[in-house]
Amino acid sequence: MAKTVSEKIVGMNGDEAVAFAAKQADVDVVAAYPITPQTIIVERFSDYVANGEVDTQYVCVESEHSALSACVGASLAGSRVFTATSSQGLALMHEVLYLASGLRTPIVMAVANRALSAPINIHNDHSDMMGSRDCGWIQIYAENAQEAYDWTLQAFRIAEDHRVSLPVSVNLDGFTISHAMEGVAILEDDEVSKLLGKRSPTYKLDPTNPMTFGALTLPDYYSEFKRQQVDAMSSAPPVISAVADEFRRTSGRQYSALSAFNVEDADVAIVCLGSIAGTARTVATKLRSQGKRVGVIKIWQYRPFPTAELAKLLSKVKCVGVIDRAVSFGAPYGAVCSDTASAKVMAGIETKLFNVVCGLGGRDVKPTDIESVFETGLRYARGEPVDEHVSFVGVRD
Amino acid sequence: MVTLKELPTTELFGPGHRMCTGCGPAATARMTMKALEKPAILVNATGCLEVASTIYPETAWRVPWVHTLFENAAAVASGIEASLLKEGKADAVDIVAFGGDGGTFDIGIQALSGALERKHDFTYICYDNEAYMNTGIQRSGATPYGASTTTTPAGSKIPGKMDAKKDLIGVCVAHGVEYAATACVAYWNDYITKVRRAAAVKGPAVIHVLAPCPLGWRFETNQTIKLAKLAVQTRYFPLYEVERGKYKLSMKIPKPVPLEEFLKPQGRFRHLFASEFAQNLEELKRQVDSNWNRVAQLCGETGA
Repeated sequence: MAKTVSEKIVGMNGDEAVAFAAKQADVDVVAAYPITPQTIIVERFSDYVANGEVDTQYVCVESEHSALSACVGASLAGSRVFTATSSQGLALMHEVLYLASGLRTPIVMAVANRALSAPINIHNDHSDMMGSRDCGWIQIYAENAQEAYDWTLQAFRIAEDHRVSLPVSVNLDGFTISHAMEGVAILEDDEVSKLLGKRSPTYKLDPTNPMTFGALTLPDYYSEFKRQQVDAMSSAPPVISAVADEFRRTSGRQYSALSAFNVEDADVAIVCLGSIAGTARTVATKLRSQGKRVGVIKIWQYRPFPTAELAKLLSKVKCVGVIDRAVSFGAPYGAVCSDTASAKVMAGIETKLFNVVCGLGGRDVKPTDIESVFETGLRYARGEPVDEHVSFVGVRD
Repeated sequence: MVTLKELPTTELFGPGHRMCTGCGPAATARMTMKALEKPAILVNATGCLEVASTIYPETAWRVPWVHTLFENAAAVASGIEASLLKEGKADAVDIVAFGGDGGTFDIGIQALSGALERKHDFTYICYDNEAYMNTGIQRSGATPYGASTTTTPAGSKIPGKMDAKKDLIGVCVAHGVEYAATACVAYWNDYITKVRRAAAVKGPAVIHVLAPCPLGWRFETNQTIKLAKLAVQTRYFPLYEVERGKYKLSMKIPKPVPLEEFLKPQGRFRHLFASEFAQNLEELKRQVDSNWNRVAQLCGETGA
């Protein structure tokens, strides 16, 4: 891929990469509260503030609830706004998440995904964001620090686009990405400012043009507000795709709603989010060398869910194993599998489907775990019965 | 002190809102908008004032106004201030957050505490009608001892709320705010002066204004101002201000009106006049006395 400028590689963990992206995005206001494993993001950003490297109003709030509330206020006042959280912090923000999307406030929030209590656990799974998946935010999942950096930058453009005007969460697996050092290819500051420009809000809290935000809206209008949010979400994919194209021209790295690896002629594909995708591709490559036709579908853009694009890929394979890194208690499938099943039904595809739950609370997802998912899929594809539609992998009985 | 003549005739809190007849908080909002001298941005916590002033697609506010949630008005104000600071416009605008007693004394106190500690330049106004009136008169941390509410009903065994009112100003003063004051909707002049002082402070300032609710206190809607006056004249609600930690009585009440005159017109206290609850009436009187003495002492006015 063509790259217009020489590439600069910096050693950073995922949190540092996100903080650096927020710095380069020249955010006006950051309001945040520390929580493991997001802490490095706020710590690095605090360093930038303390050393005068950013011209940002940094509000060190007393809770995540206030963090996102302050972000809503700042965004309504017209600022470019960033925050970050994780796990219980995201759960504490829950009502504010709906507020941010309902008031159509562009906010970029990194979520270093971590399991929810109880029992308390500080390690990765997706139960935090999955618990808020219907909150009206655009939700992106990164596979590594590079993707976390790249998506954080793109998120500002997406959120602030007038056709969208919605908050965006950039999810990175706690510790696995947030704390793991990688070589991250960074853009030059001027490339970023050219890419992102300045935010120009359509409406804002402005004494010269007084407006009411957050009015009580009763049955006669509430549905129309919600419908407009649905429309905004539907407007997002073309915007995301246009931003991704522009980003590719600057960075040489291409993003889209999802990424397919060896799916074209596959019998079995795994559908997954986040860092598991890397393991899945490694295992798929190994199985390919043994003549097994397997592939991997990684979903970057979980909300809005790429229903049609996923269905197109599903139609190419005999069987799909969907990995959920969170439990949907009492539900027929985990969240990602439910969405995948919906995409299958809506497209009228016969592809077989099963669901695997793994990697909870930071439990390592080993290549052998992934291999067992592929093997189950291959058996299922051959016409053997599947033992369980939803199964746990890597868990003691 | 201001005079009526010098107040603006413009109504930035416009007529046509749907607050009740005789609503104390509505009068408070109107006076606030007459007090503010700079262009203002308002943040309103969930409550009567928010619900009844902006029923979509209508609004009573002729200033930029935002309602977000119940407990986060101070946090939203923090974010707005940060944004204005970044734009270099913070000094040109008054940021005012309105919260009821529930949104301030109870669910919003954490966000308020954080915003006071961080010294954001804004004025927080708590309009206190002494219960969750918007949801149907449930007790709050501001409900006085003995008051009957729907969650502390005057029963045959328990005569209303058995806990005392929280000292909001004390909590705020403990944060080192430069200006905090109590006020009462009946004393417009005192209130407007205090709002102006609060807005002039560089940093956070808090006003706790008593604003009777005819529905929740159960009195005639044409008695709001009279009752509000009685609250002050009986020493039930002392008016004072605290500048840089120094307490000062705004109104001395050397000859207090008997507390019964404030209590009797109100349905929420009616049960205290039954003989079996005589000791509870005495306890409320004791608490009112004790609070007055505490405030008077802080103000160095023991004989007031």
